[in-house]
Amino acid sequence: MIAALKNSAHRAWVVLMVATGITWYLGEVGAAGTGAIVAMLVIAFVKGRLVILDFMELRDAPMMWRVLLEGWLIVVASLILLAYWISLK
Amino acid sequence: MQAMTTVALPATDLGSKRLPGDLAIWFFILAELLAFAVFFAAYSFARAKNVEMFNFYQQTLDRDLGALNTVLLITGSWFIVRAVQAAHRDDIKAIPPNILLGWLCGGGFLVVKVIEYAEKFGAGISMSTNTFYMFYISLTFFHFMHVILGMVILTVLWFQARNGAYGGHNAHGLESGAAYWHMVDLLWIVLFPLVYVMR
Repeated sequence: MIAALKNSAHRAWVVLMVATGITWYLGEVGAAGTGAIVAMLVIAFVKGRLVILDFMELRDAPMMWRVLLEGWLIVVASLILLAYWISLK
Repeated sequence: MQAMTTVALPATDLGSKRLPGDLAIWFFILAELLAFAVFFAAYSFARAKNVEMFNFYQQTLDRDLGALNTVLLITGSWFIVRAVQAAHRDDIKAIPPNILLGWLCGGGFLVVKVIEYAEKFGAGISMSTNTFYMFYISLTFFHFMHVILGMVILTVLWFQARNGAYGGHNAHGLESGAAYWHMVDLLWIVLFPLVYVMR
């Protein structure tokens, strides 16, 4: 068990499962509004980053590719947040 | 003796930067990510104009099935990582079964999605029902097609791996297919909270 967690992909899987559970739970309790949306975007960012770094194995890739993929996550999350902010007006 | 031990160090690419798989697959992945980014933004801005309607119809979606599908895709991705890791340590026998398990997770995703669609279409819901369902059906179906393409790629990788194509000497094709499969996972990680949960 401990030995298995030395593998970054196995660790990523565990975190991804827990994070998915949290997002599901937020839906179950009817979480809504700014706090809930920011929390879910942060969770999605953490999850997406783990997939990019530990599943796609871009942790040791040329910086440009890390910037492009992690940047995609940031841009998408920002657009979702911007649209939410507009919806409050 | 000292010199001998120094020479004995493996001449691997320690500390060097390496992009897994083919460069072309990464440009393809970028193009796909951009297309989905436009789709995600279009959904978000359409929602901003119809918040109450989107919030109301979002509640008709099955969050449990959406979360189950997240688990299936992430686990499917994890099996493919295991296949790639097996190739890197030249454990050729461990590659095909892990690809098969990843493929089965993808198959599970499709089954769950079909159950979800059957329930919605059975209730008479279609793309033209309203803007929310138009986005829900088109976004998830566009992603659904990508899962199918990912599974076609995994099928090819499985046959190749069974013929011993991948190992420590060559994991290029396997890494390229794996990268695409992880992209399908990455997209769902954004799509699920955005369409099923955020309100």
